[in-house]
Amino acid sequence: MSSGREDGGRPGADPVITADEVRHIAHLARLELTDREIEWFRVRLGAILEYVAKLNEIDIENVEPTSHVILMENVLRDDVVRPSLSRDEAIGSAPSSRNGFVAAPRIIETDDSGVV
Amino acid sequence: MEYEAIIGMEVHVQLKTASKIYCGCSTAFGAEPNTQTCPVCLGLPGALPVLNRKAVELGLKAAVTLVCDEIVERAAFARKNYFYPDLPKGYQITQFGAPLARHGRIEIEVEGQQKEIGIRHLLIEEDAGKLIHSEGESDVSFVDFNRCGVPLLEIVSEPDLRTPAEAHAYLAALKEVIEYAGISDADMEKGQMRCEPNISVRPRGYKEFGTRTELKNLNSFRNVERAIAFEIERHIGILERGEKVEQATMLWDERAQRASPMRVKEEAHDYRYFPEPDLTAVTLGRDLAAQIRAELPELPRAKRARFVSGYGIAPEQAAVCASSPAVADYFEAVAKACGDGNEAAKWIVGVVASAVNEGKWDVNAPSVAAEKLAALIRLVADGAVSGIAARENVFPAMLERPGLEPEEAVDELGLRQMSDEARLEAVVDRVIAANPGEVVRYRRGEEKLLGYFVGQVMEETKGRANPKIVNQLLRRKLASG
Amino acid sequence: MHLYRLGVGEIGRLLRKRVISARDITGAFFARIRAVDQSVNAYITLLEERAHAKAKEVDAKIASGDELSPLAGIPVAVKDNICTQGVETTCGSRILSRYRPQYDATAVARLRAADAIILGKTNLDEFGMGASNEYSYYGPVANPWDLLRVPGGSSGGSAAALAAGETTLALGTDTGGSTRQPAGLCGVVGIKPTYGRVSRYGLVAFASSLDQIGAMARSVEDCALLLSIIAGHDPRDSTSAALPVPNYHDYLTGEVRGLRIGVPREYFAEGIDPEVESAVRDAIDHLAGLGAEVVDVSLPHTEYGVAVYQLVATAEASSNLARYDGIGYGFRAEDFDDLAGMYSRTRHDGFGNEVKRRIMLGAYVLSAGYYEAYYLRAQKVRSLIRRDFEEAFASVDCLATPTYPTPAFRLGEKLDDPLALYLADIYNTSANLAGIPGISIPCGYTGDGFPVGLQLLGRPFDEKTLFRIAYAYEQTAEWRHRWPELDIPVRRSADGV
Ligand SMILES: [Zn+2]
Repeated sequence: MSSGREDGGRPGADPVITADEVRHIAHLARLELTDREIEWFRVRLGAILEYVAKLNEIDIENVEPTSHVILMENVLRDDVVRPSLSRDEAIGSAPSSRNGFVAAPRIIETDDSGVV
Repeated sequence: MEYEAIIGMEVHVQLKTASKIYCGCSTAFGAEPNTQTCPVCLGLPGALPVLNRKAVELGLKAAVTLVCDEIVERAAFARKNYFYPDLPKGYQITQFGAPLARHGRIEIEVEGQQKEIGIRHLLIEEDAGKLIHSEGESDVSFVDFNRCGVPLLEIVSEPDLRTPAEAHAYLAALKEVIEYAGISDADMEKGQMRCEPNISVRPRGYKEFGTRTELKNLNSFRNVERAIAFEIERHIGILERGEKVEQATMLWDERAQRASPMRVKEEAHDYRYFPEPDLTAVTLGRDLAAQIRAELPELPRAKRARFVSGYGIAPEQAAVCASSPAVADYFEAVAKACGDGNEAAKWIVGVVASAVNEGKWDVNAPSVAAEKLAALIRLVADGAVSGIAARENVFPAMLERPGLEPEEAVDELGLRQMSDEARLEAVVDRVIAANPGEVVRYRRGEEKLLGYFVGQVMEETKGRANPKIVNQLLRRKLASG
Repeated sequence: MHLYRLGVGEIGRLLRKRVISARDITGAFFARIRAVDQSVNAYITLLEERAHAKAKEVDAKIASGDELSPLAGIPVAVKDNICTQGVETTCGSRILSRYRPQYDATAVARLRAADAIILGKTNLDEFGMGASNEYSYYGPVANPWDLLRVPGGSSGGSAAALAAGETTLALGTDTGGSTRQPAGLCGVVGIKPTYGRVSRYGLVAFASSLDQIGAMARSVEDCALLLSIIAGHDPRDSTSAALPVPNYHDYLTGEVRGLRIGVPREYFAEGIDPEVESAVRDAIDHLAGLGAEVVDVSLPHTEYGVAVYQLVATAEASSNLARYDGIGYGFRAEDFDDLAGMYSRTRHDGFGNEVKRRIMLGAYVLSAGYYEAYYLRAQKVRSLIRRDFEEAFASVDCLATPTYPTPAFRLGEKLDDPLALYLADIYNTSANLAGIPGISIPCGYTGDGFPVGLQLLGRPFDEKTLFRIAYAYEQTAEWRHRWPELDIPVRRSADGV
């Protein structure tokens, strides 16, 4: 993975998140924010990032990560077809639908880099 | 300057399961839009995925079929996060970091030359839905979620391909083994096989790779070949002008026969992969791989080679006889029952293959049982019926009436050959006696008159005389007179 | 007789003796809700009609002498992030304001099958993200003990409904303390079962590797009964454990002799309110007096729990909440130019600020260049936190701690100091990170009359020992159980920039 920051993003090295970074992640998360909101979140995200930098105190060499807390394996289902929802149930609560399809705004050309 | 293209291929095939990868919805093709969905594949709040055992088994089968050196011991799943209207969860459950298998290979053949193409990795994942754009409404996309959660196998090749023909051969070889092993039906028209080649071009002899572009929207092998050829030419054109190729995803326009960059500017991807907490890992011990290897059908290359050496048939015949496991089994059953692989192959290549092409023959449920076809071949060999009559009259009759025995058919159609030498000799004698002038001319050297005599005998016997015996008799009698 | 004050056993006996009908009970609870919920705001949706219909069914069963489930006719409230078929399931969010699921969560289906009467859907911090119940699109919940104070969160609606007599039982959920902490602050009982004990199918995901549905009640016995109904393997949840569920009732013996209770010293460090500390220490002494052996233990990585939790929970949340995109269901903003605009405006207007903050933090810690430094490191420290518990449970049967460092605080007090709010989660988050069960039970009141909670943490799938100890304490504790007076009008505060 490429680094977004020269220090490789190590927490603690540069704890304050910039407005551009907030803008970038707001875009990744598809949240439209005003400049005032960007600043509001920047302060709060900065505080928490500063706080979590305490994890750098710990030696984690040779420690395996935990992604699943209870060890279970091979939970599989048989390849059996079960009834589906009716079309009405499936798309009846869509904000917009037509002729059995869900309707979404068409994607148009945008500058999607996210960083202004 | 001479250029060289470097081509890699990312292929997705639909795994042959009845239900989706994480839910029980059907994977059947052609359903009405949004009728094969449930809370799980619609990504409704609170719904959870449960992995389909068959999808894992088919993935493993593919790993064995494509001779992967490395099959992961604990298969785990990850979320690939991105927003798109056809992706209702906002993420795709796929594999990341530790794909199902790596380092496989497949042999291809182009103009008689063999070449091995490396497979970088195989992984299993879910498909997304389908977006439909209607011409009249430029501001709306219509979404059909039926395909969401259909199990896919991703097959990524090494950049070992060099020409459009090699790319075509690679896809054909891949499709053949995948279909053969029952991993996928790989029907491109049904979206069960999709491929996205990536292409770069460099001056021959250079080590460094050029800038890659990716091709999308290819719905047939022929289009893949054409699009790659187009793209190679485009790259060379750019390089010749001293310009730089820009990294892009190119869309193939079949009508215009050209590729152009995707209109939507692509995002600098940041998929934020992380382990899927909703699924457990799957342990794939060596035992399972060994078991799957043992159960794997003989693959087409091996089968063709065995047919050529074992039955003494031509490679072209072997290709047809081994075109699918069902056809191959049928061929072998016929060959064994009639004792003549060559004749059996001729029948498969000629008569059976055209019946298949005409839609009169289902390879999975042959209308004429192998033993019956073998019996017919024996009748021809024994001279009870002529080869032409067997092909043009007896076989079609058997095709129409599946229970019909070849012997019965021959008799019912009145096609049994006269092979009784004594009876034929009497006819031959009568014909010779009735044509003294022609006999004299024949004996003076007009040997082509033999055909005339044969014709006379056939007329007398209403075409049922065994031509081989008639020939022999006539030659002897006319010579000895 | 106040029907709303009765426990499951008493209601069941009255029903079976036909002293009262299920419809009487249902009616009594809706009357109580009408009387107090304008002040408490515990419910988002009430299901009066459906509840009466269900009560009628139960009465018919009683009349025909059918065998009854122990929960038949018993009122239950369901936290509004648990799916109920055909009934709004808002998650406390605008983005799901009109959303009606097509299916019941497994826990809800089991309640229905047991003929429990679902009164309504309870308020919560939006998507379970909060510890004060101030982050709900449907307004804050008030603590029945002081309507100007928070009930805790995120299952604040369920806890407050129990404390105010607006239900007999309630489902909560617990991702980082959301069942135990409000139970503690409202003076009721709440258990977060072992991860995998209760199916998550139909629990709207916040952080999938931490979420569990919790059982809440006013007594240990009722809580154990509720858990025994909703627990057990579910093939629709791959992380649901295929283990038998013990009959918890058998462990409510009052006997704790021979059990070893560990007191982790890191849980009694600075920042703990002295009254809370003394109530909890008294409770531990009381258990020692009953014959349990109390020993000091250490969980050295406790101080990292909140940091790990913030990274893991937000990362998973950022992904889980991506599905709210205005396409298939839920809220869609009206005013947009294109797809990108629809997405970002819908999500901006549909989510509250606390949810947005967590989604952004989660997206950040998973993004290219930061994954290893934040998310992966957190998952590794998580392993160390798990190991702490494993080592402790090698020598003790359970751990006793405060549920929360302070009594209920004032509405609005910590609204703009989220870090302070998160830091207080220190006693709760580790159990989720390690997947172990935890229960909070009342252990007395502060001088001002606010409840204090005792938290017991146990070995994986050993909820029975927690119930055993909790019950023994509850049955013999010397302080007298009270009911809140509920007479101060509520002041609403708002979440906002
Ligand atoms: Zn489905």
